[in-house]
Amino acid sequence: MSVVEPTEAGGRMPDGAVEQLVVVPRRHYGIWIGTALALLVAVAIIRALATNPAFDWNVAFGYLFHPSIMRGLGNTLLLTVVIMACAIVIGTVIAIMRVSPSTVLQSFASAYVWFFRGVPALIQLIFWFNLSLLFRTVSLSLPVVGMIFSVKTNDVMTPFVAAVVALSLCEAGYLAEIIRAGIKSVPHGQSEAAGALGMSYRHVLWRIILPQAMRFIVPPTGNEAISLLKMTSLVTFIAVDDLFYTAQSIYARTFETIPLLIVVAFWYLFVVTVMSFGQHFIERYYGRSDRREDNLIDRLLRNTGLLRHPGAGA
Amino acid sequence: MNAGEENQRRFGAPADAMVFARGVRKSFGPLEVLKGIDLVVPTGSVACIIGPSGSGKSTFLRCINHLEQISGGVLLVDGEFVGYDLRDGKLYEVKNSLLCKRRADIGMVFQSFNLFSHMTVMQNLIEAPTRVRGVPVQEARARAEALLARVGLSEKVNSYPRELSGGQQQRVAIARALAMNPKVLLFDEPTSALDPELVGEVLQVMRDLADSGMTMVVVTHEIGFAREVGDALIFMDQGVIVEQGLPRDMIADPQSPRTREFLSRVL
Ligand SMILES: Nc1ncnc2c1ncn2[C@@H]1O[C@H](COP(=O)(O)OP(=O)(O)OP(=O)(O)O)[C@@H](O)[C@H]1O
Ligand SMILES: [Mg+2]
Repeated sequence: MSVVEPTEAGGRMPDGAVEQLVVVPRRHYGIWIGTALALLVAVAIIRALATNPAFDWNVAFGYLFHPSIMRGLGNTLLLTVVIMACAIVIGTVIAIMRVSPSTVLQSFASAYVWFFRGVPALIQLIFWFNLSLLFRTVSLSLPVVGMIFSVKTNDVMTPFVAAVVALSLCEAGYLAEIIRAGIKSVPHGQSEAAGALGMSYRHVLWRIILPQAMRFIVPPTGNEAISLLKMTSLVTFIAVDDLFYTAQSIYARTFETIPLLIVVAFWYLFVVTVMSFGQHFIERYYGRSDRREDNLIDRLLRNTGLLRHPGAGA
Repeated sequence: MNAGEENQRRFGAPADAMVFARGVRKSFGPLEVLKGIDLVVPTGSVACIIGPSGSGKSTFLRCINHLEQISGGVLLVDGEFVGYDLRDGKLYEVKNSLLCKRRADIGMVFQSFNLFSHMTVMQNLIEAPTRVRGVPVQEARARAEALLARVGLSEKVNSYPRELSGGQQQRVAIARALAMNPKVLLFDEPTSALDPELVGEVLQVMRDLADSGMTMVVVTHEIGFAREVGDALIFMDQGVIVEQGLPRDMIADPQSPRTREFLSRVL
């Protein structure tokens, strides 16, 4: 029996009855209606996907691991990694310039961010691809030593290089802002205490400020990496054979447009999912001094022995 | 005679002065915060600075280790201008590496502790000795352990600052400053951010330090501490030192009405 006997008004409830107090959850009618609607929509979408023959699921499966698609995927990943790496380096430099005491460096960095964030990525991409219209040759010559090297712009500015240069510079503009915000979020007392201990500006920046800024930098940078992955599909315009380009060149021949778009979408989603997991672990690493964050996945992994308890050892 | 002694002689500083200020001025734009500070803190002594909010106590302390640049006057630590070198009657700003080297000899403890929050207690204590002074890691760790024992926090070596109470954090901050073997320790209201029951443990550490002969300049509202531990009490108001003397005498019988009024409010 779990129902508590009513006590006389003002009377003391017996201890046994207190332990058996029943909690009646509040009814969430709104949530029930919402759930029903969501399920309805989901069923409709799945039916449309499954019964409409134009989706050609079998064709899509057939192309999933097609060699050209794999090569395209490889190029997309390579582009993303190389561009992100370059953008992080350039973005860090620009961010440090923006917080430096020199107004000249600050202005230069602001101008950089203003320009490269302001001009659409596609336009920058096509601009770099057509650099040879501006400069026929790229050469480096020093006084006294003379000509060091000289090459035709078109030989250097291959589509792949144009893509890397254009998108790195563009992405660096965004990252610079993220990194700057991260640096600003570290309390001023930290650099003051470090300075009082005799640490140099560089030491303070690299060992004290940036590691603490990482906690604020990593989450938005993860988002940037994910949008960059998708942004690389722009290189299709200058004929770099990335995932989207290879899919396009297949359906241009076979007219199996929808199945190939499904294949492309699948791979983008797959990579984004993997990246989200990676982001989670990097965030955890930089948040290790703040152990109050403890979510379900962490606990699961720890409980299954995949992760060491952060409290164990130094 | 070395440069320090020469400076001391030139500006009339006593030979045993660890901190020597003569006519120190500091302005932030049009606002003059320090209006000519004269102060001598002899080696091995404890100077306690009190005064109302905004009187320039923190600013003066920060000028001592050149976190703020003074706008006028002479400020010597162990006979040296911290941020300058005197040559041919001119003050040349020193290069950053030398400024860092001199700052490393001046410890500072802040009201808000300012421990490096991404580092463990041990890492906080060995970062500057190993990377600024080049002390071997093993040696720095051993010294850090000894210092932690001294402030009573041996069991917290591998904790992060967030896991410590305010009093413990401040004791770690003191140990971190001591790890550099400073000539002088500056304290800026070290107990003001602490819950009342945690104040005692920090003051005890400071009392032990004073007993060990450390030269200390302490901005504080703890009049009891100043009376008991201080060798000199300095009352600042509106950018000037209004009165200074032996803590016991000054607290019992303040000469200036401003001092009397301030003391009556804080006692
Ligand atoms: N960086 C700065 N820029 C402009 N004004 C400043 C700056 N730092 C301090 N001041 C001003 O200088 C004056 C003295 O400040 P200071 O912090 O030295 O006072 P204090 O005696 O330490 O006060 P408290 O007891 O509140 O800590 C204040 O009026 C303050 O507003
Ligand atoms: Mg202050």
